[in-house]
Amino acid sequence: MGYRNEEIETMPREELQRMQLSLLQRQVRTMYDASAVFRGRMDEAGLTPDDITGFEEFRKVPFMSKADLRDFYPDHLFVKPYEELVRVHVSSGTTGLATVVGYTKKDLEDWSECLARGMVSFGMSDKDMLQNFHGYGLFTGGLGVHYGAERIGATVLPIGTGNTDRQIRMMLDLPVTAVAGTPSYMFHIADVCESRGIDMRRDTKVRLAIAGGEPWSDSMRRKLQDRTGMRVHNCYGASELYGPCFLECREQCGAHVWADYCYMEILDRDGNPCADGEEGEMVVTMLQKEAFPLIRYRIGDVTSLTWERCACGRTHPRMGRITGRADDMLIVRGVNVFPSQIESVIGEFAFLSPFYHITLTNEDYMDEMVVSIEVEERHLTDDMIRMAEMKRQVEDRLKSVLNIKTAVKLELPGALARYEGKAQHVTDNRSYE
Amino acid sequence: MMADDEILTQLSIFVNNEPGRLAAVAGILKECGVNMKACNLAESNEFGILRAIVDDPDDAYERIKSKGLIVRKTDIVGISIDNVPGSLFEAADVLGKAGINIDYGYAYASKDREGLFIRVDDPMKAAEVLKSAGIDIIRRSEI
Repeated sequence: MGYRNEEIETMPREELQRMQLSLLQRQVRTMYDASAVFRGRMDEAGLTPDDITGFEEFRKVPFMSKADLRDFYPDHLFVKPYEELVRVHVSSGTTGLATVVGYTKKDLEDWSECLARGMVSFGMSDKDMLQNFHGYGLFTGGLGVHYGAERIGATVLPIGTGNTDRQIRMMLDLPVTAVAGTPSYMFHIADVCESRGIDMRRDTKVRLAIAGGEPWSDSMRRKLQDRTGMRVHNCYGASELYGPCFLECREQCGAHVWADYCYMEILDRDGNPCADGEEGEMVVTMLQKEAFPLIRYRIGDVTSLTWERCACGRTHPRMGRITGRADDMLIVRGVNVFPSQIESVIGEFAFLSPFYHITLTNEDYMDEMVVSIEVEERHLTDDMIRMAEMKRQVEDRLKSVLNIKTAVKLELPGALARYEGKAQHVTDNRSYE
Repeated sequence: MMADDEILTQLSIFVNNEPGRLAAVAGILKECGVNMKACNLAESNEFGILRAIVDDPDDAYERIKSKGLIVRKTDIVGISIDNVPGSLFEAADVLGKAGINIDYGYAYASKDREGLFIRVDDPMKAAEVLKSAGIDIIRRSEI
């Protein structure tokens, strides 16, 4: 199995880190000159770009976070004019507001290159046909994977999300060898195939898969591989990076985080770097982004990173699975949900009290979210029809705000637990076994 | 006879949907010395409601409330039903023709009479309509 760029992909760690530092210094300088917001923060911290003489000094640079994306919505953190931008993607909202991401031509090329390297690393080539389940459009998943696959010369079937009958028809009729999408959708395809007596090993040529966009686990991978005969590779990304970016190689032991494109820090609760392989909060700096560079961005995911040499021969570090969130964001059916969004909907209804609890479960890896909310005592009624109507109104409003179906359970006043300290608003009973 | 004797007070006691809650509520009713003449249990996905016709509902309401339970008073009408086929039809038909919608109802039986308690959108009108059709209603003083 070859490399896409052997020299870079197998470069010794010391050289990679030297390259990272010089790219970091350049990125800090560029942002300092181009972004009043970033310059203001550096000034506040008493830093100039010249102070960034090493990784340790870089750790003094103030963080950026999702709150910045909200405060500077939609495009006030872009550092290139629209003439130089060739695309804009918009991700599902963080606390109600969408994230808008701009790309220069070089940004798109770099993004594609990240994915192209990853695809080659698990054996994809120009001989493959990739059926892309990811949604096309404002979401980064569809076009990101599409461009990455085209870049290695693979044939792309840009079918997008949904219409399972047609997805399966295409797999049966065309020489599709690889698929990309969410793991839960792959399980759904496997279920439908089984119910129709279709054996993916026998009846299709699909052998490789790229799965991401939602939390999943190694045991889910084993099941999916057993059921479909596909070798499934985890993918990590986010619109703030570019979109889907980093893929696992054929060893399936963590996604390679291309060190010439991304400087990933893993920090403990005190903001100190974690040891190699130890879990902590991920902080990312994309090293080559032009239109919308984020420096020390707290993306909120919890994971680990190791520089331990991979059996595939690549020297770039590998990240573990995402095991949690540093903030209270929930990912439900691939959609980002903040409890604060639910709180604001609750506040719109006079008959609801502020006491609520979110319960997450999953069946066949399909998420279900139930929001239990106490009714204000004076609005309680013996009229079940009226109660059902109240419940339906809240469900409809939640669906339009969150973009996902949400079940509401109205509770009697006092039914939900009270907390003396910080309220525990979420019970996550989802299993990824 | 005064009209308000024709409208009965039902207590609706809200009960969380969890094992043992009804027993807990029934225990409180016992402590409060509340005697139920008729009752009905309604459940939804959300929570249950114990609807009860009791002796001296105003007093019972205060006692139950003081124990921390959520309780509501609801006006209902009692229809006397003869123990023969067709008597429910007769009463329901009269109400239907008068455009009165029945939200829910439940049966009542004592030593000497049988009946149905119903919750309607307009209890006063329901009582009038039933009386003018010659159907006996159960009065507060008769329970």
